[in-house]
Amino acid sequence: MDQPIISTDALKKSFGDVQAVKGVDLAVDEGKVFGLLGPNGAGKTTTIRILTTLLQPDDGTASVAGFDVVRDAILLRPVIGLAGQFAAVDENLTGLENLEMVGRLYHLPRKEARRRAEEVLERFELADAAHRTAKTYSGGMRRRLDVGASLVGRPRVLFMDEPTTGLDPRSRLVLWELIRDLQAGGTTLLLCTQYLEEADQLCDRIGVIDLGTVIAEGTSTELKDKVGGEVLELHVAAEHVSGAADRLRGLGSDEPAVDADLRLIRIPVGSEGPRVLLETVRRLDDADVPIEEIALHRPTLDDVFLSLTGHAAEMALEEEAASEPEPEKKKRRKRKDR
Amino acid sequence: MSAVAVRPPGIATRAAISVQDSLVVARRNLMQIVRIPAVLVFELVQPVMFVLLFVYVFADNVANVPPEIVALGGYVMFLMPGIIIQNAIFGATTTAIGIAEDLKAGFVDRFRSLPMARSAMLAGRATSDLIKNFILLLVVIGIGYLVGFSFENGLLNAILMIVLVMAVSFAFSWVMAWIALSVKKLEAVQAAAFTGIFPLVFMSSALVPVEGMAEWVQVIARNNPITHWANLARYFAFGEFSTMGGTPEQLMLWSALWIVGIVAVFIPLSIRLYNKLT
Repeated sequence: MDQPIISTDALKKSFGDVQAVKGVDLAVDEGKVFGLLGPNGAGKTTTIRILTTLLQPDDGTASVAGFDVVRDAILLRPVIGLAGQFAAVDENLTGLENLEMVGRLYHLPRKEARRRAEEVLERFELADAAHRTAKTYSGGMRRRLDVGASLVGRPRVLFMDEPTTGLDPRSRLVLWELIRDLQAGGTTLLLCTQYLEEADQLCDRIGVIDLGTVIAEGTSTELKDKVGGEVLELHVAAEHVSGAADRLRGLGSDEPAVDADLRLIRIPVGSEGPRVLLETVRRLDDADVPIEEIALHRPTLDDVFLSLTGHAAEMALEEEAASEPEPEKKKRRKRKDR
Repeated sequence: MSAVAVRPPGIATRAAISVQDSLVVARRNLMQIVRIPAVLVFELVQPVMFVLLFVYVFADNVANVPPEIVALGGYVMFLMPGIIIQNAIFGATTTAIGIAEDLKAGFVDRFRSLPMARSAMLAGRATSDLIKNFILLLVVIGIGYLVGFSFENGLLNAILMIVLVMAVSFAFSWVMAWIALSVKKLEAVQAAAFTGIFPLVFMSSALVPVEGMAEWVQVIARNNPITHWANLARYFAFGEFSTMGGTPEQLMLWSALWIVGIVAVFIPLSIRLYNKLT
């Protein structure tokens, strides 16, 4: 078996008395998109900063593309790209000049840097704006340019720290499209996000990170299975509720649960959703029970987060929002006990 | 894996790469002036204002200007070389501000994750500020000529004065880089940069002769490198004068030692801080 292209072992980093990363273990296979999902202050940015050589770990080891992030930092930097939390583009330079500069700093020859910059602009649909200063770009364009800059050196491994934070929905979709393209092109991607949907949409595997440790890891489906898979929910008229529930016994992975007040029947279906749905419709139709509403409810990553950490991801975010918007490393988050 | 085959480049290659990377960064910084020329205009306001204020407000009020300098054209002859040294030092504060701005905007993160030389971001900034300060210097000399200053010691010495001023400016850029990387927050960096250099400049012979200062200030002023630089600049501008504080050779030696000393201390300190940024 091939070695993972990113691997960390018991990575630790503190800032003063705040332990930002308390023992992160990761293994990412080449060509995959790995999502690091967690609220602000969970240790995502610190982990990415260690992996991109911006920060040295206090303890533990990490390697990317076969290079140790501390010992071989000089050799590692040419093969990675970083799109940080801020769109680090120079407002006074044009889109083309921004990317050419980065190309030159990857030590591409002048002509090659220019060719590569044009190529990236074309791919990111910024060719029309190539000769405008970045000052005139919209937020989405800047972010695209920033991601583009991280790709100028054709990195084997790309790190993205919350690439769509602060973007409008359309720009977000455009960026998602780009990320899927990159993945199709074989780039390994480590993506930090606080958006559950984003991890769900883009990532082959997801590590859920909270308070400096990875508390769960797996595919989106595997994580959802941990909270019990899908549920079929249906509404029928009040007089049919108990009769319908009787007819549906033994169909799902567990017995139907009835909420008479809401006229709701819930059947846990595991991964058998479509089969159970079809059979339910068939049985109730045979019994002349009209179905008012029926739907398969997939557990969201929000459910996952809630069941893994005992608190909702969004709740943690609201707590953060109340405090000063400082860099993640300085924040200290106390877990709410339940 | 491929790791086995790749080796870090040798020292000569790395030096060449450092220079090349610094120039790429310097070019980027200078584009700001090209794109927003107003920045340069605003930066000119302060030195020009200082020249005009000192020449016309202090004028005949400044005692202890050696008579041989007064004979050459008055206080303005004494002032111009000194205020040019002051401008070189004040002009270097843009190094601190530029670095603090890049820190704030996340640009430093980008640079530090690239395979570029670790010194290049700072050296590039020092280089672009050197070029900017050179332009400012030429304008200030031009203004000086308008208000009665002139070089009286030949072309070679005039050029040597410009070289001296540029060397002082470059050295202080590294002090400023160190301040920016120590303090980090933009507003605090601005404050720290100016509060540090203001007393240093005033307690020297840059603007007025040392002889009229309070006794204890004289002690500081006579040992202040800015005094050596200002007096050497005066020598280059119009020749020897009575309050030089040494022979031209001695002044050259002290001035050079101070510049080399500052550079030798603050370049490694700054690069070290840059590498250790979090």
